[in-house]
Amino acid sequence: MNTELLGILASFLITLLIAIPLGKYLAKMFAGEKVWTDFLKPLEKGIYKLSGINPNAPMDWKQFLKAMMTINILWLVYGFFVLMFQDKLPLNPDGNPGQTPDLAFNTIISFVVNCNLQHYSGESGVTYFTQHFIVMFLQFTSAATGIAAAVALFKAFRDKTTQNVGNFWDFFVKSITRLLLPLSVIVALVLAFNGTPSSYAGKDQFISMQGDTVNVSRGPAAQMIAIKHLGTNGGGWFGANSAHPLENPSYFTNMVEIVSQMIIPIAMILAFGYFIRRKKLGWVICGVMTVGMLMLMIPTISSELGGSPAIAKMGVSQVTGAMEGKEVRFGPMATAYWSTLTTIVSTGSVNGMHDSTMPLTGAWQLLGMMINGFFGGCGVGILNYFVYLIIAVFISGLMVGRTPEFFGHKVEAREVKIAALITLLSPFLIMAGTALSSYLFVAHGNADWAVKPSAWLNNPGFHGFSEMLYEFTSSNANNGSGFEGLGDNNIFWNVATGFILILGRFLPIIGPVAIAGLLGQKKYVPESAGTLRIDTVTFGIMTFAVILVLNALSYFPALALGPLAEYFSMIK
Amino acid sequence: MKSYIMQSIRLTLVLTVLLCVIYPVIIAFGGKFSKGNGGGETVTVNGKVVGYANIGQKFDGPRYFWSRPSAVGYNAAGSAGSNKGPSNPDYLKDVNSRIDTLLKYHPYLKRSDIPADLVTASGSGLDPDLSPAAAQIQVRRIAANRKLDEKQVAQLVESHIQKPLLGLFGPATVNVLQLNIALDQLSK
Repeated sequence: MNTELLGILASFLITLLIAIPLGKYLAKMFAGEKVWTDFLKPLEKGIYKLSGINPNAPMDWKQFLKAMMTINILWLVYGFFVLMFQDKLPLNPDGNPGQTPDLAFNTIISFVVNCNLQHYSGESGVTYFTQHFIVMFLQFTSAATGIAAAVALFKAFRDKTTQNVGNFWDFFVKSITRLLLPLSVIVALVLAFNGTPSSYAGKDQFISMQGDTVNVSRGPAAQMIAIKHLGTNGGGWFGANSAHPLENPSYFTNMVEIVSQMIIPIAMILAFGYFIRRKKLGWVICGVMTVGMLMLMIPTISSELGGSPAIAKMGVSQVTGAMEGKEVRFGPMATAYWSTLTTIVSTGSVNGMHDSTMPLTGAWQLLGMMINGFFGGCGVGILNYFVYLIIAVFISGLMVGRTPEFFGHKVEAREVKIAALITLLSPFLIMAGTALSSYLFVAHGNADWAVKPSAWLNNPGFHGFSEMLYEFTSSNANNGSGFEGLGDNNIFWNVATGFILILGRFLPIIGPVAIAGLLGQKKYVPESAGTLRIDTVTFGIMTFAVILVLNALSYFPALALGPLAEYFSMIK
Repeated sequence: MKSYIMQSIRLTLVLTVLLCVIYPVIIAFGGKFSKGNGGGETVTVNGKVVGYANIGQKFDGPRYFWSRPSAVGYNAAGSAGSNKGPSNPDYLKDVNSRIDTLLKYHPYLKRSDIPADLVTASGSGLDPDLSPAAAQIQVRRIAANRKLDEKQVAQLVESHIQKPLLGLFGPATVNVLQLNIALDQLSK
């Protein structure tokens, strides 16, 4: 067995070893049971007191969502102005300029929604001040928002009938103090001691061995890289993200970072089962998601290890696989492993450039983001999967001729309508966006804009289409990775993806929380022999089939035009 | 609703202090005790800083081991990959001309000896490493240009191969900067 394969197996094993106990801990902690981190209570009390919050006040699902939206809108407004005027604020040793209004619009949305699309480059587009006070702040709070929303859904199903989905502030603050912040401290220190810069010093200069004068961007990066992964945010300190040798200096840090981005998504799934006292449900969902992950990962690894067919024709050796856009210290297998995980868990950080991966790899990356429910982002992964569950419950109900039920609550027209709308939203946003940009590219290529549509793409042909499809898919999934060849820092892309980001974030949070709130209020019907049980393997397979059918129907044509067409054109 | 707005503002302020001041300053303080004191580890030769341990630099002269092609010319003020797609004809032309250049300076090579990492740009444009094979194929050129024994140079490469993590995980690599520093010392 080779060392590259061993490396990713070990990474996955370590992920599980951490995620399983973490899941149990999260369930207990959010339920308010005794846990070992209770020594942090005074800190939380202080936060609540200074903020004028009563963390024990019950909220129904509408109040919960109102509180959530209020603070999110506040961040949007405040961050927009700070980014525009960052050049006039302190902590800007490199003298970087303020952002243009359209870029600031896109940037602030993309961080509030946990996407981190980054139409700028970290070295020149933001200052140390905005990296910390906007970017890193939101990396914590957007992850905590997602987790809090997921816990509201848990809470709706814990008791037989309840109006109360829990207190937003309580879940939100605890997500930070009891989960994200302590883990970030550990991960940041590990990175800082393995080569990632952590001090506030600005650019450095040296003269290389061949006599070139080289400037080196640095800064307090370790702090941000920790939360960027733990919170499934993905926005890098440096432009090249985790491919950068300071952001991800070694194979060891690579393992740390890839483990960091998986543990909370997996733990949240297990926590769901523990929290609603149906342990088996958590494991069944986890099993389905793992199968889905492998179905995307194995072909990805195989297509990357196979190398580029075009370069093979030139006769050079590709024993190490396709190397364009990859770093030698990670190798193609760890890069392929990362590319699958970062697209399914919505992190969107990269340790190799997706634009240069093989055509089929691109297809699997896109599909991972389109499904967006195999583990998924911090908290929102389980919300997305919950929508699939409701659809599966409904379809199964129709098949066996019974009223569909979800843990003793009748699923009726209203809930199914919400679930169906949320399911349709993703393909609509992705397809409409890609159709619009393709139309502009073809019909108005020479429009008199700052960046002409004909100059958007870094690659011609099918791959160019994939660049646009990828950008909208990534925006809708709140993923944040990109086929970065796309010239996206201009008004069209900043504004178009900005709107898609916001719709693709909040509707898929509001929908499931609303469904859960509505179901939780309904009269509890005890389970009987005739009940369709959803914590079984059979139902897991059913859900999996629903996910595959829905996504294949929605996305196959688009995938066929982009990566699949490129693949077939290359092997002919 | 009004109370949510006030609570949001106050909570944002409190968390800003916790997450954007206290947390990063603690880590920055801890990082002071790492190699490079939190500013990134540098490499010094004869008291002069010649580079960063983890950041690759441009080596394309006849007397040095070459580093990988870079989309940013190893300018570490920024960082980027080429973002060229695998079927892009211009990109494939570039790769072909890199192969031709390699063959020109290493006339003893067959095409099939050339490992892909030596003719493709890295993800960051700052890749500090080569695969062992990519360093090994350059040995003969360097030995000839520096009038060194080929075996001696080959041994130098061998001794600079960094094993996988714990000998178990990930690929073996060669750090180009370290290798070239050692090469200069060998020539003295």
